[in-house]
Amino acid sequence: MKKIINDPNQVVQDMLAGIVSAHPDDVKQVPNTTVIARKDAPVANKVALVSGGGSGHEPAHAGYIGKGMLDAAVAGEVFTSPTPDQVHEAIKAVDSGNGVFLVIKNYTGDVMNFEMAAEMAAAEGIQVEQVVVNDDVAVEDSSFTTGRRGIAGTVFVHKIAGAKAEAGGSLEEVKGVAEKVVANVRSMGMALTPCTVPAAGKPSFTLEDNEMEVGMGIHGEPGIERKVISSADAIAEELTGKVLEDIDYSNSEVAVMVNGLGSTPEMELYILNNKVQQILSDKGINVYKTFVGEYMTSLEMAGCSVTLLKLDDELKELLDAPSSAPAFRK
Amino acid sequence: MNFQVNEVRQWIELTNEKIQRNKEYLTELDQAIGDGDHGINMARGFQEVVNKTSSSEYTSVSDILKDVAMTLMSKVGGASGPLYGTAFLKMSMALKDKDVVDYNSLVLAIDQALQGIIQRGKANEREKTLVDVWAPVVKFLQDRTTFHADKLIQVAEKAMDDTKDLMAIKGRAAYLKERSIGHLDPGSVSSYYLFQSLGEAIKGGS
Repeated sequence: MKKIINDPNQVVQDMLAGIVSAHPDDVKQVPNTTVIARKDAPVANKVALVSGGGSGHEPAHAGYIGKGMLDAAVAGEVFTSPTPDQVHEAIKAVDSGNGVFLVIKNYTGDVMNFEMAAEMAAAEGIQVEQVVVNDDVAVEDSSFTTGRRGIAGTVFVHKIAGAKAEAGGSLEEVKGVAEKVVANVRSMGMALTPCTVPAAGKPSFTLEDNEMEVGMGIHGEPGIERKVISSADAIAEELTGKVLEDIDYSNSEVAVMVNGLGSTPEMELYILNNKVQQILSDKGINVYKTFVGEYMTSLEMAGCSVTLLKLDDELKELLDAPSSAPAFRK
Repeated sequence: MNFQVNEVRQWIELTNEKIQRNKEYLTELDQAIGDGDHGINMARGFQEVVNKTSSSEYTSVSDILKDVAMTLMSKVGGASGPLYGTAFLKMSMALKDKDVVDYNSLVLAIDQALQGIIQRGKANEREKTLVDVWAPVVKFLQDRTTFHADKLIQVAEKAMDDTKDLMAIKGRAAYLKERSIGHLDPGSVSSYYLFQSLGEAIKGGS
């Protein structure tokens, strides 16, 4: 393992301190927690948004804290859901009395820990609502299984629900728009290399030089298929094709996100985007806005994901609203 | 059967020893079908539990179990933290106000723990989760009237081994479907260590 760290057991605390010192005007750390919050939290008369998850997905989640996006992000150990007491601290730190909305990625641990925190907060009289993001089309959605994972599409939920809350939306309205995003967002990813969790010290799986892993999540876990690596165009076709199979995007407007997983050069992401745009254009799908870069990473994994969000007028307006979050300034 | 504060303390210490010793093994099992952090998280959590319980004084079994629960919940994370934390919390609640824990009370407490795990994890039997160890153990305990350490350990071990052939329905391994068959469920292995240690602790104390 070759990483710029001090102690594998201190990576989260060291990172959080670094985030605060990089963005002192935007964020603060809630003392004695792994919670980063908006500098001006709790913001009066506003529904507060809290998200989070395991560390290792930077800039998710702390990078999305700011006016128009999240009020707080809770960091767990690397790829491990934060604990209920930490999520509870985040909820308490940002609640202004208007309620707190939780954005949860659909992983068993995240759902359990956030639900427990919501129960603890509700017991204290704080209004809490939540949405579970499950945009990954690699895994089947069925009532018999855990359901789809939440991956890069989560960033669109942060942005749009955040804009709704900033505009004065009620807890119910924020929940409504978040559910609308979840219903209309789909993603699919692939990897060229695994990644190494610092405390584990070795890669989570191995790939031969000529292999790629298709349909893995964002925690270094194995995907649905391993195959010989193909061209960027073929990868774009495979990922976008799976997404398009899932929702009828015809005659609609979409937001596109081509997301890097940690060590894919922008050059490669743009090459991929080129083909994604062409595929959508050929199908008569109108691209309203495109985001290319690292939004939801998986440590130093090489690879990418493609996300499509089907838009209507309300979602377009909220997507365009201002955000001061360091990783999503607009 | 003797199950007092000292036995709980010993139970936890023995569990911690096994988890620390098998940290890499648990992580490897989890790398095969999960995200590879089970050993790391359990080792971190149980070390904290031992740090906490060994430096505190307790007058009841319920109190020490509650500390175990809260420490696991706040230090483990992932899915294991809420599941094991809930299990110990339910045991603590079931044994509240019990000055002496007899066999029936212990069985009731472990059954309550199982119900807590099922409720929190929304899992059923045969879905390749720790329920597949806890449920057979509870059934075995309920079918008897006295504590048999060796047989308890055997039942738990067999239940753990039986998870190998199951296809995962719950948890992160569920994403692998058929590819999860042939691997032991990491949560079932750590649950086996827990019951193995329970057997050793009670046997040692009686």
